[in-house]
Amino acid sequence: MAVDKEKWIVDPLTPWQETTPGGLIPTGGNAKYYITGGWRANHPVFDTEKCKDCRLCFPVCPDSSILIDKETNKMSGIDYEHCKGCGICANTCPFGALTMEEGGQP
Amino acid sequence: MGKRDKLSGNEAVAIAMRQINPGVVAAFPITPSTEVPQYFASFVNDGLVDTEFIPVESEHSAMSASIAASAAGVRTMTATSSNGLSYMYEMLYIASMSRTPVILNCVNRTVSGPLNIHCDHGDSMGARDSGWIQVYSETNQEAYDNLIIGTKVAEDPSVMLPFMNCYDGFITSHSVENIELIDDSDVKKFVGEYEPAHALLKNTCAFGPFDSQLYYYEHKRHQAEGMKNAKAAIIKYSKEFEKITGRKYNLFEEYKLDDAEIALVIIGSSAGTAKFVANRLRDKGIKAGVLKIRAFRPFPFDEIGAVLKNLKAIAVMDKCTSLNDAGGPLFLEVRSALFDQPLHPHTVNYLYGLGGRDVKAGDLESVYMDLIKIIETGETGNVHRYLGLVE
Repeated sequence: MAVDKEKWIVDPLTPWQETTPGGLIPTGGNAKYYITGGWRANHPVFDTEKCKDCRLCFPVCPDSSILIDKETNKMSGIDYEHCKGCGICANTCPFGALTMEEGGQP
Repeated sequence: MGKRDKLSGNEAVAIAMRQINPGVVAAFPITPSTEVPQYFASFVNDGLVDTEFIPVESEHSAMSASIAASAAGVRTMTATSSNGLSYMYEMLYIASMSRTPVILNCVNRTVSGPLNIHCDHGDSMGARDSGWIQVYSETNQEAYDNLIIGTKVAEDPSVMLPFMNCYDGFITSHSVENIELIDDSDVKKFVGEYEPAHALLKNTCAFGPFDSQLYYYEHKRHQAEGMKNAKAAIIKYSKEFEKITGRKYNLFEEYKLDDAEIALVIIGSSAGTAKFVANRLRDKGIKAGVLKIRAFRPFPFDEIGAVLKNLKAIAVMDKCTSLNDAGGPLFLEVRSALFDQPLHPHTVNYLYGLGGRDVKAGDLESVYMDLIKIIETGETGNVHRYLGLVE
């Protein structure tokens, strides 16, 4: 019920006196604090063995939830905090390294 | 010192726009507002302004472009009338909710149908709850002055709401009157630079995000506070304006109301006729007055109630039919404002001037005579009345 003015996260049901005019978001890059993983009905599962690291999954993911290891520069997994379970990655993967399984949580 | 000139209302407004030199003007032509962007386009062509002029393909686009430009951080203006305003409707709410202080010159014209290009207040009255500040003018001078004052009101940090500068189509927009123009440099000094706290081109930010059940209500309340603050802002900037021009404005004009027993409450150019009639009646010893609405949004609810409570009979004049079998918008609000007062004068509603129907001094005099009759008989009689209707 408050406003974090560093990250500009306005909690639900924040008093009107503290909220921003018209819901303005007065900063950038804070969408990551909005955990959308709970929206999932089905979840993708990543099979390291089958992955050829073509990284076709990366550009098609609408939620930037394909994780790339910064050191190896290889696909390393899925950001389940933000993945909404749309299944586009599984549909795109030419090697079956990404598959959808029932249920929101892995 | 100002410069005396003779100008139509639209010319005067376009000149005020030139003097303000907004960042963006986006407009689509519709009678009788067409001349405003037309004159302004010539100023753009002649290099008299730095404005980015966007000749959009519709009024919906005019308002969309205006909101975007205002969110980007520049002063933004447009003009429209009648169905053009109707076509902006969706975006009017977005402008006010996004707190983008867009300036719209609304040259009042009947909304079709049937098709009619002449003046009544049906267009802007329809948008009365869209979150726009609405100020109405009696004369060309006021249309010019209100645009300059309104720019400051809209942009006040405590307000940040769009501003509708309303004046009567043809009667005010096209008739030529004597007018005093303020020096360009004085207008520029008065309006200053537009410096919003948040703007797309100034800092990273996002306007108009999705607003769920857990947020929307509080954002609306925040917006309502902006409208409430607009009242003080109108008074503040009108006083500042008076210092440079000597022309005095308030939320409404009280014309000979101090000792009045009967009065018309009226908006726009017909207020001039009402004052003329009130004077004529005063010569006969009748205590007649006029309350001319300037700010309709925010509505000076308490102030109007306090001023009118001591009268004996009031006619609230609506140049707009609500088709609700309850009364025009001005009537319903004025009478409601009187409810909290200790005294309740007889208050009746007249529809008049619809679709540009001429309203003459004799017509308004007959309204005053009706009020005298109400006082004499003590009977309010029919509350909902038609002035100038053939029946």
